[in-house]
Amino acid sequence: MTSLSIAHLDCDAFYASVEKRDRPELASRAVIVGGTGPRGVVSTACYIARISGVRSAMPMFKALQLCPDAVVIKPDMARYVEAGRKVRSLMQDLTPLVEPLSIDEAFLDLGGTEALHGGPPALTLVRLARRIEQEVGVTVSIGLSHNKFLAKVASDLDKPRGFSIIGKAETLDFLAPKPVSLIWGVGKAMQQKLAGDGIHTIGQIRGLDEKLLMKRYGRMGPHLWRLSQGLDERKVEPDGVAKAISSETTFDKDIAGLAALRAILWPLCEKVAHRLRKAGFSAQTITLKLRTGDFKAVTRSRTLEAPTQLADTLFRTAAALLAPEATGAVRYRLIGVGCSHLRPGEDADPPDLLDPGLPKRKKVEAAMEALRGRMGDEAIMKGRALPSRKPHEPRPRIIDPLAPKPSKRESAADQQPPDGNGSSASRRADRT
Amino acid sequence: MKLTIERAALLRSLSHISSVVERRNTIPILGNVRLVAEGATLKLTATDMDLEVVETCPALVEQAGETTTPAHTLFDIVRKLPDGSQVELSLSGGDGMITVRAGRSQFRLGCLPVADFPVLHSGDLSTHFKVSAGDLSALIARTRFAISTEETRYYLNGIYFHTTSDPENPMLRAVATDGHRLARVELPAPVGAEQMPGIILPRKAVTEIAKLLGEDETLEVSVSLGKTKARIEVGDVTLTTKLIDGTFPDYERVIPTGNNKHLRVPTKAFAAAVDRVATIAIEKTRAIKMSIGNGSLILSATSPEAGSATEELEVDYSEGGQEIGFNSRYLLDITQQVTGEELELQMADSASPTIVKDANDGSALYVLMPMRV
Repeated sequence: MTSLSIAHLDCDAFYASVEKRDRPELASRAVIVGGTGPRGVVSTACYIARISGVRSAMPMFKALQLCPDAVVIKPDMARYVEAGRKVRSLMQDLTPLVEPLSIDEAFLDLGGTEALHGGPPALTLVRLARRIEQEVGVTVSIGLSHNKFLAKVASDLDKPRGFSIIGKAETLDFLAPKPVSLIWGVGKAMQQKLAGDGIHTIGQIRGLDEKLLMKRYGRMGPHLWRLSQGLDERKVEPDGVAKAISSETTFDKDIAGLAALRAILWPLCEKVAHRLRKAGFSAQTITLKLRTGDFKAVTRSRTLEAPTQLADTLFRTAAALLAPEATGAVRYRLIGVGCSHLRPGEDADPPDLLDPGLPKRKKVEAAMEALRGRMGDEAIMKGRALPSRKPHEPRPRIIDPLAPKPSKRESAADQQPPDGNGSSASRRADRT
Repeated sequence: MKLTIERAALLRSLSHISSVVERRNTIPILGNVRLVAEGATLKLTATDMDLEVVETCPALVEQAGETTTPAHTLFDIVRKLPDGSQVELSLSGGDGMITVRAGRSQFRLGCLPVADFPVLHSGDLSTHFKVSAGDLSALIARTRFAISTEETRYYLNGIYFHTTSDPENPMLRAVATDGHRLARVELPAPVGAEQMPGIILPRKAVTEIAKLLGEDETLEVSVSLGKTKARIEVGDVTLTTKLIDGTFPDYERVIPTGNNKHLRVPTKAFAAAVDRVATIAIEKTRAIKMSIGNGSLILSATSPEAGSATEELEVDYSEGGQEIGFNSRYLLDITQQVTGEELELQMADSASPTIVKDANDGSALYVLMPMRV
């Protein structure tokens, strides 16, 4: 047991636990944290609510059918993030090798810390769990084993407030009867494929030849084989630098129209750009995510010539990806924009021969960002963010000193690329 | 259909054809090559709906006929057949399979009906001219590296060809740009091209045409252009392509005219030095710095991970100190296309577009956006 040093720590019903900590009167009630709108889904259900069958990602109306007495609370991310940070810093007191997976979950490698902490990792972890309960006020479940795969499996064994260990010697016997779905990377489709071949348990996979698995399941084959033997060489990587930044939203009612979707897309792009800037990144690949009314996911992405940090560029790219999908034929329930291939912020938006307006747009966004920092998000917004006008409504009278006068259209040319392909109508709306 | 054809001839044709056919195709027939046996030739056609390549090669036709069969599979088979062999293609019976026979090897491949094979109608081609493969090849080779890959600016995803309006001395120009660099190359307009419409030749067509031209630069190429399509005939190959439907930017506006700091460097020595110093440049930006003083140029690069590099060159310059940064890859793309001994850089300042050209040859001009270093 002393040789085991890889741990997985998972906070129990984290959001709900934070709520119960801050509102002790809820301690014995069923608490569900999640969206309260007609399309709301459950983020986290406390263990009392789970007894009634409430689960994460369940539509809220269904959760309330199962558990009508539950107290539904809208998520307050700021408080959860703060609690999550405290938990993380307590872990980092023990070892620098902490790999956060999410706000309330992380891998730790406690190898070589026996002398430092005066005991084997198991003891150190028990102390950590107690400290988190005392100082943060939430309970955690911990799994300890000899690799990440098994540590994660172990932490799930005895939730909540659990502590499980899977030793080297018992690994194979432990895994043998377990369903294949325990292996990470085995989703519904893979599970069905395996079931089709008569394979249901990890033990059955172990009995097969690695080459045969490779032939049958391609690159997944060797992966299945290794994990079925309890082998997983992934290291605990503390540098969990962001690989992607994204933002998405689910609608109260499904939306089909391009204009309406574009209007929702813009603030998402602003949010992502803001987060890019704050994190000191720029991004080269933009991904548009859509989910149809019948839950089919659609993602479209495009890689730019140079990385960007501009909401405007994110929006133009995502909107170009959106146009062919939003023909009115399909109704969508969710839209999101994400960016990846992150690069340092100083590489963002290099000068472009064909886009002399770029430096100006950069300045505008930087200025807006600064103003919002001082006066709040509502202080300034682009025309694009204003509610769209119905055809029969009068044009809103917005006095815009920057708008070009019709007779002086030439003077505005420096804000536009010197080509005739962009629609000047949409550009005009870009002005602040 | 039954015919015999030399492996070398068939292989050569299939190599032209197969690169048009996408490896992954959602529409099965687009993965096929159309084979037509008639007279004393085999005609092969491949298309991706935007680009079509047709090639005829001599064959001993016993029985005329036509079919379509998977292009890459046929190519792979013919590639692996021994040199000098005779290949027999026959469509026998009604089982919808084609038999490929050579020596003791025999293959049977599935076929799809010819009627389903898409035809790219060339439409009205109003401009016709002839140009040597070498000339057209030079126009393409010296500009294609600057083609943009960004789909948002689809009108930059190709080379823009047009003729200048000077009635005395019309020039045929090829221009490509991705916003970071621009390449403009010209040659006297061939007879018949003076009135040609401006066209944007898409990247894939550029790649295929470059390949065809590269095989024999002495050939004469027939070019026919319309509003939406272009056709190029080289030897036994006819390539028809859709053109990019967009307006190429008014590129003259981004070519600076008043850059008065002229730096002359020996092309080869400069390229080699840039290449050496770039070893250290940060991988993603490939930035190198040029510090120019009277008579000397210091190239340098630093990277937090790799370290630093400097190299000094003797140059022809007397315009006062200047520091400027460039993407080393972009510089090398240009130096590769310059054959003259001396390269001239015309700068304004460290943030403005810089012109790079062969000091003694005005036919090619490159504009490069500097980087902050």
